[in-house]
Amino acid sequence: MDGVRTGNVVNLEQIRRMARPHERLIVPVVPENLEALVGELVGQGWVFFGLVAEHPKPHEPVRLRYLWYQDHTPWLELELVAYADEAPTISSFAFAADWPEREVEDLFGVRFGGHPVLGNFVLHDERWLEGSAPMRSRPDYAQLRPLPSQGEPPRLRMIVDAPGAFVFPVGPVFSGVEESVQLVLETVGEEVVFSHVRLFYKYRGIEKLMEGRSAVDGVLLAERVSGTAGFAHGLAYVQAVEALGDKEVPARAQALRVFWAEFERIRSHIRTLAGIVESTGLSVPANLLSAQEEALLQIAGEYVAHRYLFGLNVVGGIAVDWPDATLDEVFLRVRAVVATVDEIYSGLQFDNSFLDRLEEVGQLGRDQAATLGVVGPLARASGIARDLRHGKPYAYYPRLTLAIPVEDEGDGYARARVLVQEIHAALNLMRAVVHDLPSGPVWTAVNVREGVGMGAVESPAGALAYWVRIGQSGHVARCHIMPPNLVNWHALPYALRRYAFQDVPIILATFGLSVADADR
Amino acid sequence: MNWFWHGLRQRVMTLPEDWSGAGVAPGFPVATPLAVAGRRFDPAVCPTGALEQGTEHVTVVYERCVSCLRCRRASPGMLWQEGYQPARLDERPLPPSFGSSLHVRVIDAGDCGACLNEIRMLSNPVYSLHRFGVYITPTPRDADVLIVIGPVTVGMEDALKAAYDAMPEPKRVVAVGACALSGGVFAGSFATRRGLTEWGGIPVDAAVFGCPPPPLAVLDALRKVAGQV
Repeated sequence: MDGVRTGNVVNLEQIRRMARPHERLIVPVVPENLEALVGELVGQGWVFFGLVAEHPKPHEPVRLRYLWYQDHTPWLELELVAYADEAPTISSFAFAADWPEREVEDLFGVRFGGHPVLGNFVLHDERWLEGSAPMRSRPDYAQLRPLPSQGEPPRLRMIVDAPGAFVFPVGPVFSGVEESVQLVLETVGEEVVFSHVRLFYKYRGIEKLMEGRSAVDGVLLAERVSGTAGFAHGLAYVQAVEALGDKEVPARAQALRVFWAEFERIRSHIRTLAGIVESTGLSVPANLLSAQEEALLQIAGEYVAHRYLFGLNVVGGIAVDWPDATLDEVFLRVRAVVATVDEIYSGLQFDNSFLDRLEEVGQLGRDQAATLGVVGPLARASGIARDLRHGKPYAYYPRLTLAIPVEDEGDGYARARVLVQEIHAALNLMRAVVHDLPSGPVWTAVNVREGVGMGAVESPAGALAYWVRIGQSGHVARCHIMPPNLVNWHALPYALRRYAFQDVPIILATFGLSVADADR
Repeated sequence: MNWFWHGLRQRVMTLPEDWSGAGVAPGFPVATPLAVAGRRFDPAVCPTGALEQGTEHVTVVYERCVSCLRCRRASPGMLWQEGYQPARLDERPLPPSFGSSLHVRVIDAGDCGACLNEIRMLSNPVYSLHRFGVYITPTPRDADVLIVIGPVTVGMEDALKAAYDAMPEPKRVVAVGACALSGGVFAGSFATRRGLTEWGGIPVDAAVFGCPPPPLAVLDALRKVAGQV
């Protein structure tokens, strides 16, 4: 593409002139130049965001597109050309590409030369036969071993060779009321020397299910990728589809999307805070926070007829409207909840039981967080001031003033502080919307053309994007979901390293992770 | 801050178990006479096939209802009932000695997070599970009830069967949510089953409907299994 690239040098200013932040610029690259170009991009501050694989034609290679992000800049999509199902790994330059490459290898059968660990990732070896590649376009996939599993139990990789070294697998079933995931800890005495996350016990094959759905029905799946961030997922999906639409979403709908997105953020952050407080053994404030989360769920149930806001985002706008006075009421009730949360938190701020377990525990330094490519409150607690509402504004955000709280320590306490500050910032956004609410409809009929659209939102856990291809019939041909929790789970072992065994549940709680979001 | 005293000074915030106030249980569609639904009402407005058109009524297959609200918002649409759909117990309750001492193991077989969160809410002061003698237990060896959420992913079949097998008799299995009952929106996926009954790996003794079912509906199921209601 003219002007975008001179040799391996990418011209940032030129890119910004060519398109708007929510648009995509596609740059072809041959395998021989991929590593050098990636090195250049990383050096310029581009962030690896995701790897989109597509296999529309059985006899052609899988199409690979590498998505890169930069604040206030269009998406850069590197399309690998002139290759045949084997690509060099870029994970040594862009560490955040480690797991996306493994995912594409398992689901599409593409080999990434030089990648240290391929296989047994999404499709666990003890259940799926080698070479299953279910996302390829041929139908003879889904090769399962029958129950009881005849494969070998996974060999736990042991890295540490020392007296007293012990490998401790936790999960996939946890002792409390928790999601299914496996965390393998290698400890020498008390100290966690290494850990290993095994995801995809909850893999539901949502991207495959999306194929063939009508554009309108896709939102049902999107909302239920991660139900506790259902509004954010639904919003990212409908924005991707609306990018291919012939009309703008009405302003009132854009404003109300912000209103409920921030509502969801507050509720999600209260849940995460309750989890952190519970992990430090303080049941009373944890339960009081949980009661405030319940108050917000009830508000959602009362005004939106669904406690988790399912069914609210639709292609073309939102499904329900309220009189302005009603929205004022909602805001005041949310404000009362936040005031109660503040009271609870003010008691925690000087509580040694709380602070001692969080300060300097589970630290991710700024450079480490940047290398790992983490997103959301986790990143902002480690000094990385990135937020899609600011870097790629969407919905009504361009008309609102955003405060992005950032802390530097990168420990558990910094993450808790960021969550509390974000709750206040979200409340301020809700207030701003309610004071400046446009009138008019909340929905418009949208005709969706064939092509690719992207929708990206800052979900409560961080940057989330949907890459959606709509086919000729108006149905979804391909939907790739790039969730914040995939890259954040990937970073967890680095925050556990060198801390005590007993710190693990606390550090885990401060990450505020969702397995369903990562597994899809 | 002395949290113990602070906790005692709070007002009682526990809801009565039959509370059907707004937001606690947002309601569900009910069988609607065709005259009300309209001659042109199309059951295909339901994305999971939960609406069946009979000669005089449109009825609801609650196992498949994913609370998408489309049938409610259709015009004219389905009749709506406030509150929660009561849980259905298909087996005898546990013997009387379990009546005020019921231990529950929760296994996530691929849920989206909403059902899990609703179950978590049961332990907070608003729902206060313990006042009914119901406790969440960390191990299946001590459990009387197994709650399963999610459509049963291929990845979790082994662990789910192992947990069930580890539970001593007598025991009951409660399927919570549309996914555990019918696969929900994931029905048809190559990576999941269509819920517990279609999988057939373990028996199902009780059903809780919704996507997600509100906490009171889950509580209803547990109390029925314990023979309290």
